[in-house]
Amino acid sequence: MLEINILTLIYLIASVTFIIGLKMLSHPATARKGNLVAAFGMGLAIVGTIFLYRDDDGNKLHNYGWIFGGLFIGGIVGTLAAKKVKMTAMPEMVSLFNGMGGACAALISMIEFGHFAKMGYLDKIVQSYEAGEVVQDAVLTRPVPIETLLTIFAGLVIGTVSFAGSMIAWGKLNGKIKDFSFKGQHIFNLVVLTAVLALSAYLIVVVATVEPRPDPNIDDVIPKDLGSMPLLLFYATFGLAMVYGIMFVMPIGGADMPVVISLLNSFTGVAAACGGFLYNNNVMLTGGILVGAAGTLLTILMCKAMNRSLKNVLIGSFGGGNKPSAGDGGNKPQGTYKEITLSDAAVLMSYAHKVMIVPGYGLAVAQAQHACHELEKLLESKGVEVKYAIHPVAGRMPGHMNVLLAEADVSYDKLEEMEQANEEFPTTDVVLILGANDVVNPAAKNDPSSPIYGMPILEVELAKNVIVNKRSMKPGYAGIENDLFFQPKTSMLFGDAKKVLQDLIGEIKNL
Amino acid sequence: MESVFNWIAINQQIIYIVILMVFVGIEVIGRVPSVLHTPLMSGANAIHGVVIIGAIIVMGKAESDNYVALTLGFLAVVLGTLNVVGGFVVTDRMLEMFKNKKAQK
Repeated sequence: MLEINILTLIYLIASVTFIIGLKMLSHPATARKGNLVAAFGMGLAIVGTIFLYRDDDGNKLHNYGWIFGGLFIGGIVGTLAAKKVKMTAMPEMVSLFNGMGGACAALISMIEFGHFAKMGYLDKIVQSYEAGEVVQDAVLTRPVPIETLLTIFAGLVIGTVSFAGSMIAWGKLNGKIKDFSFKGQHIFNLVVLTAVLALSAYLIVVVATVEPRPDPNIDDVIPKDLGSMPLLLFYATFGLAMVYGIMFVMPIGGADMPVVISLLNSFTGVAAACGGFLYNNNVMLTGGILVGAAGTLLTILMCKAMNRSLKNVLIGSFGGGNKPSAGDGGNKPQGTYKEITLSDAAVLMSYAHKVMIVPGYGLAVAQAQHACHELEKLLESKGVEVKYAIHPVAGRMPGHMNVLLAEADVSYDKLEEMEQANEEFPTTDVVLILGANDVVNPAAKNDPSSPIYGMPILEVELAKNVIVNKRSMKPGYAGIENDLFFQPKTSMLFGDAKKVLQDLIGEIKNL
Repeated sequence: MESVFNWIAINQQIIYIVILMVFVGIEVIGRVPSVLHTPLMSGANAIHGVVIIGAIIVMGKAESDNYVALTLGFLAVVLGTLNVVGGFVVTDRMLEMFKNKKAQK
């Protein structure tokens, strides 16, 4: 009994470390410590579970070899992957690890359902009763309780969707998977989702109402035979959930990827909480719900920043229905754009009073954050005021740009959030846009037919000059043309962000 | 209807935990500056790796002749560990950069 009590205490401590960890993560000064605090709690909970866990009958865990083997392999691979990944590939990595968590939750559900399938969908419970003076135990059987089944199915479906979705998001972010959609896809998605839910509901009802066939031997109740039907249907549910997860992320354009990853992150949290219900395990419950709630709020905040409704993202209708019309709307006001030479750009920037840099995904792809910082220092040494304007959803994750620029040692107070930056654009001489597109697209303000209409943007056109660095005239991730590029005060500087920046630095030095 | 009330009465502790945790989660996130969104998402990602606890329990309970359960359980432990370890290490790497910069200031 002592072990159980210690374990309860450990779980309590771990739950508190998760909360404190998340709280500390939300302040720059304590963030790193917060992560370590949460990691410490997690380690404690894992070690405690391995050695102190007792099931209802007081049995210890076994299969230690398998457990430690799994921890060892996962630990090594996880550490290596996390250490080796480039800063620009962070969002992919988070998405990948998130998928692993989802898969883990789904696997737990599979094994648990498999147990019940083996025992004929009956739950054996030991109950003590008093016979005469002595307390005796009797083994009773009952159908698997409906809430147990509910959590198993919720864990399976949510975990699987999160896994499949995260894998697709991962593939998309590293460019292995292209956007894909077909006509009526959101109807297809809805049908698949309905099928998943209907199948789960049907199975839960069938299994939860199975009657033990009465048998003279009380200890040996023969269950009504459901055959292999439930197990097959269970796997069918799993397969369909997988299809839904894939189809749900598939058509979503990269502009929505941050929202999707955040959403899937909270999904996995809920899936983990399902495990908490299943094992009556409070640390899983608190950790899972905490992440589920926080992730959902973050998702909603991000949707708001992009002026998208969560429903639209969920049904995945962005890429499907809207794309063709978006193309038409964007093509109308096409004009000519003008290019600027490197030396002109160098002159323009060196003799400016204030330069604002707007980084986007292009900066991340080109790994140009260090070159960018170098340019900033060079310009500052020439007496130019340099600041960065960070759009909340620039890049592929909220804060993506901050992380990148932090890697290059760009100072905190040079990073301006959208509202501040928009106030400063009118007094800015040159805006240098590095691989950002949709977040500076004026269509979000002027063109009600545009799919990004209403999204708050960086109003760079208020500045005196705009220099846009892009690799080509191809539309951005949302697939919409950008009027900004055709405005008279805008000039284009084509090329890979890193190379362009290095050349620009060279030119400025030569002035 | 009565069974619903019964269920709530029996599970009230869990229901309390869930509701309070939802509020805690929202409170915690609500005050985060956007600079820290990515590390926070990554940290949260590592925390939902608690699902590893479930994987360990399921693995440790599996009968040694049930190879399906053993294999799936083993896979679950590996994937869960990936989530936890990878998640925390990635978060630490992100935050390391913030700290460097702070020290320089």
